[in-house]
Amino acid sequence: MSTATDTLHHDEHDEHHHHHIPKGIKRWLLTTNHKDIGTLYLWFSFIMFLTGGAMAMIIRAELFQPGLQIVDPNFFNQMTTVHGLIMVFGAVMPAFTGLANWLIPMMIGAPDMALPRMNNWSFWILPFAFLILLSSLFLEGGGPAFGWTFYAPLSTTYSSDSTALFVFSVHIMGISSIMGAINVIVTIWNMRAPGMTWMKMPMFVWTWLITAFLLIAVMPVLAGVVTMVLTDKYFGTSFFNAAGGGDPVMFQHIFWFFGHPEVYIMILPAFGIISHIIPTFARKPLFGYASMVYATASIALLSFIVWAHHMFTTGMPVAAEMFFMFATMLISVPTGVKVFNWVATMWRGSMTFEVPMLFAIAFVVLFTIGGLSGLMLAITPVDFQYHDTYFVVAHFHYVLVTGAIFSIMAAAYYWLPKWTGVMYDNTLAKWHFWASLVSVNVLFFPMHFVGLAGMPRRIPDYALQFADFNKWISIGGFAFGLSQLIFLALLIKACRKKGEPASAQVWEGAEGLEWEIPSPAPYHTFETPPIIK
Amino acid sequence: MMNQSTSSNQNNKLVVKLVVIVFGMFTFGFALVPLYDVFCDITGINGKTNETAIVYEATDIDRSRLVTIEFITKTTTGMPWAFEAKTKRIQVHPGELNQVEFYVKNPAFRDIVGQAIPSVSPGTAALYLNKTECFCFNNQPLLAGEDALMPMQFYVDPQIPEDVTYFTVQYTLYDVTAAAQKVAEAQAQASE
Repeated sequence: MSTATDTLHHDEHDEHHHHHIPKGIKRWLLTTNHKDIGTLYLWFSFIMFLTGGAMAMIIRAELFQPGLQIVDPNFFNQMTTVHGLIMVFGAVMPAFTGLANWLIPMMIGAPDMALPRMNNWSFWILPFAFLILLSSLFLEGGGPAFGWTFYAPLSTTYSSDSTALFVFSVHIMGISSIMGAINVIVTIWNMRAPGMTWMKMPMFVWTWLITAFLLIAVMPVLAGVVTMVLTDKYFGTSFFNAAGGGDPVMFQHIFWFFGHPEVYIMILPAFGIISHIIPTFARKPLFGYASMVYATASIALLSFIVWAHHMFTTGMPVAAEMFFMFATMLISVPTGVKVFNWVATMWRGSMTFEVPMLFAIAFVVLFTIGGLSGLMLAITPVDFQYHDTYFVVAHFHYVLVTGAIFSIMAAAYYWLPKWTGVMYDNTLAKWHFWASLVSVNVLFFPMHFVGLAGMPRRIPDYALQFADFNKWISIGGFAFGLSQLIFLALLIKACRKKGEPASAQVWEGAEGLEWEIPSPAPYHTFETPPIIK
Repeated sequence: MMNQSTSSNQNNKLVVKLVVIVFGMFTFGFALVPLYDVFCDITGINGKTNETAIVYEATDIDRSRLVTIEFITKTTTGMPWAFEAKTKRIQVHPGELNQVEFYVKNPAFRDIVGQAIPSVSPGTAALYLNKTECFCFNNQPLLAGEDALMPMQFYVDPQIPEDVTYFTVQYTLYDVTAAAQKVAEAQAQASE
């Protein structure tokens, strides 16, 4: 480290000491501090999680009984659409970006993210994107009602006039994610502490680096496809309009070329988180670190050649269906490597079951259930039966709720003492875990059965024979939704610093640079980079 | 390690590279449109047939086998025309030139321009259906109340694989009045 860097960082530091941290709203509006921005992202994502959850409650209330009783079908469609959009782009992705902001600089021994001003921008355009999306629900004709996948011609010929707002908000979300991803890559590439070689990087950093590359590769394709929808609807182009020489099936190809890597964008950072938590509470180093890195990279590469498994029923030639079936099944190999590595890490470890570990173990078991139903869906001939049924809904909720979201909750519990300086309320945390675990399975497990029996997804009514299962699913849904309020109470309590003070290491078995700085983490950390041996 | 200016230099270089990737992928998204068309053209995936007339060259007619072709018709939402294949099913020898006719009637009180889009199923047969004349190559305008018989001439390529003995040609009819008017107005302006 040369003296020039030191002086400069000291200057910055001094400046902050002279002016102090700005108070009130200005601190948050103008902040370029990675910890502040991380906090903003995490709270934003939690608010969006509750908003999208409220929409899921409306869906489940309507589906509590057969028949149409609470909302009209057009509003039901808007709820399924906006629920999906909010959970994907508003809850899961910003939560991971928030964790990346908080943790990556601390994990690699960097003073901040590489591009702090851009960081501020990439957060602050996000609330506007969702304000635009949510406001479209109140316009005449309603908001987007074509499913989060906005298939043409539903989103072009048959959509409401508010589609332009949907397109605009997706553009903003995309720009925000791309800026966040660029920031992560530049930070990891250029700002690692001396001695931190690639293969010494913590798993969360590795998984995020790969995720960031996926983001800059596919978010522009999403931007392209929403632009085509916009011009098809408003400017008379015919990208997806057969009458004008276009092809609606092409929409699905382009969309899923984005969409499949997107699902790995939502799960790879989760793999990173779990690879931190399990070793801590098993008190053993992660089993097969290098294989974890290679498995993550293989999953990312394979994610580009499996998109058409979402489209088996569009009438592809058999050869193409076989290719996509086998390519999809191939992904279970690196994913299996990961699951076995986690199990091997726990094997003969001195395990304790603090709440982050409970969520992590629940993740391993329940994510694997979601992975196995995914393997079933990959089988082309049976997919013709499963396609667009509740079996698919069960599958992706197992990988996204008990996968991605459970990992985010595990991460929140694991690093919360580092962020706030106090231990969370353990009683509330256990209530939150057990209530969530039971209710989430009551919510999603029966969906497998109604799906196999032929209940179609995205429909506000269903045949009478599905009534009992749907009643249970709805009860599970309400219970899972209410359980999250326990989490809200716990977070508010922790942020108001009510609880036992946490030590620097917090957890007995925790290893990594972030555990070497005091709790709560000071506003500025690692202004002089640590030396990694 | 490095001083601040080289590190921000390095950051800028990397940012530029990443932004280039972002714009490259945005372009790639649009490039998928022609790539998709070319890919479908070559492989015949997707059931798309030729969009301009193919000239019939007296090819060897394979009298040893027969291919059954079924014609079905469909109108999209908002298209009021009656649309019917006069020949529902035909058996042809590969290589032989045939003609079938389609009946259309515009029962509405307004003039409508229609556009028919063909699709062949199974898609692999699409490569071997060669149309020498088709109403689907152009817009079809019908005055209010008018009806017409629209011809379609084709031959099946003798190269068609032995195992393809049966395929279906579906015509979907779209109302393209608004789009056709815009084109006509633009042409009128250009000629002025």
